[in-house]
Amino acid sequence: MLQQVLAVTLMNLRAVPQRLGASMVIVIGIAGVVGVMVALLSMAKGFQATLNSTGRPDRVIVLRGGANDELSSVLFREQATIIKQAPGVRQGIDGRPLALAEVYILAGLPRKGQTDPANVVLRGTEPHVLEVRSETKLVEGRMFRPGVYEVVVGRGARDQFAGMELGGKLPLRDGDWTIVGFFESGGDVHESELWTDAETLMQAAKRGAPTSVTAQLESEQDFDRFKDALTTDPRLNAGVQKEPDYYSSRSKALNGLINGLGYTVAVIMAIGALFGALNTMYAAVSTRTVEIATLRAIGFGGAPVVVSVMIEAMLLSLAGGVLGAAIAYVVFNGYSVSTLNFQTFSQVAFAFQVTPDLLRQGVTWALLIGAIGGFFPALKAARLPVVEALRGSA
Amino acid sequence: MSEAIVRLRGVRKSYTRGKQTVEVLESLDLDIARGDFLALMGPSGSGKTTLLNLIGGLDRPTTGSVDVAGERIDQLSSGQLAQWRARHVGFVFQFYNLMPMLNAERNVELPLLLTRLPAADRMRRVRVALEIVGLGERGGHKPSELSGGQAQRVAIARALVADPTLLVCDEPTGDLDRKTADEILHLLQALNREYGKTIVMVTHDPKAAEFATHQLHMDKGRLVETVAHS
Repeated sequence: MLQQVLAVTLMNLRAVPQRLGASMVIVIGIAGVVGVMVALLSMAKGFQATLNSTGRPDRVIVLRGGANDELSSVLFREQATIIKQAPGVRQGIDGRPLALAEVYILAGLPRKGQTDPANVVLRGTEPHVLEVRSETKLVEGRMFRPGVYEVVVGRGARDQFAGMELGGKLPLRDGDWTIVGFFESGGDVHESELWTDAETLMQAAKRGAPTSVTAQLESEQDFDRFKDALTTDPRLNAGVQKEPDYYSSRSKALNGLINGLGYTVAVIMAIGALFGALNTMYAAVSTRTVEIATLRAIGFGGAPVVVSVMIEAMLLSLAGGVLGAAIAYVVFNGYSVSTLNFQTFSQVAFAFQVTPDLLRQGVTWALLIGAIGGFFPALKAARLPVVEALRGSA
Repeated sequence: MSEAIVRLRGVRKSYTRGKQTVEVLESLDLDIARGDFLALMGPSGSGKTTLLNLIGGLDRPTTGSVDVAGERIDQLSSGQLAQWRARHVGFVFQFYNLMPMLNAERNVELPLLLTRLPAADRMRRVRVALEIVGLGERGGHKPSELSGGQAQRVAIARALVADPTLLVCDEPTGDLDRKTADEILHLLQALNREYGKTIVMVTHDPKAAEFATHQLHMDKGRLVETVAHS
């Protein structure tokens, strides 16, 4: 049986160059499906990775109870002080708690090559922010100073927005703000932000209170103790989340949209490719009617014919899948863009991530299309009436 | 007369086209002796190819029995018939039916892929078959690189390589010129005389039929005349 399958399959494959144009319909069609699907899903993957990589499990963000995000949260100054001093918060070298009372404001700046403003996060924070967010490094310039309209800019924002030069002026709240430095934070969501002094920003934006507190805990195990202390304190109405939980929840809606779009487009294209594969394989079987009938007359069984036609279809599909995945990887992997996260109404810079899992998924789709596209023509080949086919009238 | 290797009794074959039933063979009895070279002749539509297909196990009768080499092949399933054909029948077709992408050796090897012979033994038998048909030097050539006569010789080598009980030839010279046709017929005659192969051949050509030991004429699904040659 195996010998028969091998013989018929090799025969079919040797005939592929004679039907190169038709065979390429399968290869290119499926390359398109896989390429587009992997590209779209790598976008979702990259966006998700950016938000998921933000924060540490031993760091918490405290918002007003019931607030979904920083944009809709307000804390009183006294509440921020109580939160900073809650049990479980790590102390800095100088004895101060490693916690930041922050203001989260959206500002409008034009993206590179555009004139219309897009939302960028202007985060008012505290001077010891690099101590609390220890993954963040100033890579150029210096830190902002309190009381002065100065900002430091994340790498993602620098890449996406216009006018991001050291010493450059940005028209933000209440006048121009000078760029005094650039920072990196391992590709997380903060790299899409502009940071300045919280008190200065609150005055400029005429805001009287911070929006959140971010605190570094002694350890992840201190989370429950910290949370219990805040949620049982009658002076507070606080919502407490570990940073990774908070930031990953920020990607759900957009991820769902991109994934939904990706799969929808892929399914539509896959249906097209499937018909292409069916058409090609039906044509391949038709042009080989006499050959198949001859093999059946000699004594070859129907099963080797079915398997061989399916192997041919699946090998062509595999070639298409690998081609599409390779193109998606070469063109899109690491490609940086920014998009509006409509959960936070701000631009988030991220890089497409063509992961091995996505490549596997793309190739699996290709094989599936090949299997379905090959099955029905294979069945037709196996059911050929031998006598009529030998006469060339099947 | 030696034992009958093919025995048909009360064979009837009809096809239904729409509401019409077409009788192709009518109540046919036939014995073919082992080692015979039988030419089936008759006008188009007389049923000779249908009869050949029944003898070769490519088709089944509507009623009646077909016994070949001691086996009732009319009672076999499609899968069993395929296996039976692989063991007992070598086919030669009018248009050779070679696989265009395979060279002569690989074409001849095809029936042996249905056996358990190891590759080296298969290749040895392929070369012997090609020597018998006079194409020992052309094994590496593809069908497109062979003349019509050479291609038909390859097809004959393919038909006999597995040492079948029967050679079934459907108009084997129908696509060849007279000279080449005679060469092919001489080859078939030699296979019959020197190797004892039983051959059943359908032909329109009276000259081709003269190479056979017997001629059987058909008309409208019936046997009408039998001619024996010396």
